[in-house]
Amino acid sequence: MDTMQMTLYDVLRMVIAFLLVITIVFINALVMGYLERKVAAKIQRRWGPMEVGLQGWLQMVLDGVKIIAKQLIVPRDADRVVFRVAPLLSFTPVVLPFLVLPFAKNLVGRDINLGLIFIIAVSSINVLSIFVAGWASNNKYSLFGAVRSVSQNIAYEIPILLSLLSVVLITHTYSMQGIVAAQGTVWFCLVQPVACLIYLVSATAETNRAPFDLPEAESELTAGYHTEYSGFGFSLFMIAEYANMFIVCAVATVLFFGGWHGPFSGEYLGVLWFLLKVFLLMLTMIWVRWTYPRVRFDQLMNLAWKYLIPFSLVNLLLTALIVKCI
Amino acid sequence: MNLMMEVLFFGFVVLTMTGALLAVRAKILMHGVLGLAVSLLGVAGLYLYLGSPFLTLMQVLIYVGAICVVLVFGIMVGYTPNEVAEKVPMGRNALLGLLASGSAAFFLMVMVLGRTHWVPAAHRVGDFSIEHVGESLLLTWCLAFEMISVVLLIAIVGAIILARGGREEGSQ
Repeated sequence: MDTMQMTLYDVLRMVIAFLLVITIVFINALVMGYLERKVAAKIQRRWGPMEVGLQGWLQMVLDGVKIIAKQLIVPRDADRVVFRVAPLLSFTPVVLPFLVLPFAKNLVGRDINLGLIFIIAVSSINVLSIFVAGWASNNKYSLFGAVRSVSQNIAYEIPILLSLLSVVLITHTYSMQGIVAAQGTVWFCLVQPVACLIYLVSATAETNRAPFDLPEAESELTAGYHTEYSGFGFSLFMIAEYANMFIVCAVATVLFFGGWHGPFSGEYLGVLWFLLKVFLLMLTMIWVRWTYPRVRFDQLMNLAWKYLIPFSLVNLLLTALIVKCI
Repeated sequence: MNLMMEVLFFGFVVLTMTGALLAVRAKILMHGVLGLAVSLLGVAGLYLYLGSPFLTLMQVLIYVGAICVVLVFGIMVGYTPNEVAEKVPMGRNALLGLLASGSAAFFLMVMVLGRTHWVPAAHRVGDFSIEHVGESLLLTWCLAFEMISVVLLIAIVGAIILARGGREEGSQ
């Protein structure tokens, strides 16, 4: 088997890639936490964090230090082992997809020919971790948050897969680099506008972001599945959520917005374009979160099952027909 | 590198066995499902060792990501979350049963092992690429593939019928 015969060079390369990915995940959480608070403040016409550093840019670093120093509390009636495993379980699936994301033409952990399926498969474990967290807390708020999260994820996974599939039908490849390479002249958001829109809506729901943040609706459920977590357990969930946002937006960038393509994107400089697009998408998600009110649960389910899934099915069928005819 | 492959193989085997033991011996239903998830991940690893990344990813996507989640969902909706099962006593009957099934499995395995022509995993026995899998499923074995979906449809209809009946009985 060719892919299994790794040389020492490959192993070393993977270790370096992994360390870089962990760094990216943590820095991403810091930047996104700060951005989220600042944008929320701007939208609500207040200042946001201002005390430490210029414009309060050190706030998230200090929060991180504070959160590490906090005591880890396990509730008395919680399932101790599972309660401790859940944050780690939520962290693993968000680290792995970074290994196949093409940051630039020559900047990718490993470009496997099943890259897109790899990302989808690994991310599907994420919902299990949320569920385990909610169950192990042995608390009704957590449990309700977990139940909502799973029913939401089951519903929105289908339109995501269908909309990604309609792009794959055009490119004939699951390799992330192959999909980017196919968008040299025109981005797929122009070729597949319906799939793009469906993906962006479903992705927002998949990451449990407002207006689809029912699993952690603070007015009803305190904090949803991570109500009982303190200190670093909580922060792992938070970091995982932001990393998940990054992955979802990166996949959108790769599939619909041309990946690292842009003026002057050479062998490595494409990473700037890639990050610019990803962060623009993430800013949009923050903007949407603080602009629209939370939907009701029946509205959420109706949107997925009655609109997104039929539309994505029809879109897939039309794409298949057009690809076949051309 | 060969040593590393061996280590990986036995790592996956241990993962599968541990998960399976956890799944059948767990006193709390939820732990059983988590054990099952671990076991299925181990099986996915074995597929990777056998040289089929596509099957590995499908195993993770379908079994761990979908079936385990649905099982957990069923537990949450159906049972009180922390129900502890009665401890099954390891009596004489259980031991006899274990012995009988173990020896039956052993003899069957010996017969099958003796008659199989084995190909080492290092030799590539077939093409497991996604193109080949797709072609064989949708062209060569198309009828069998479609029949499986009919079976699934029947299962779903059956499940609905069962659930409907139960509900009417309860409400009367």
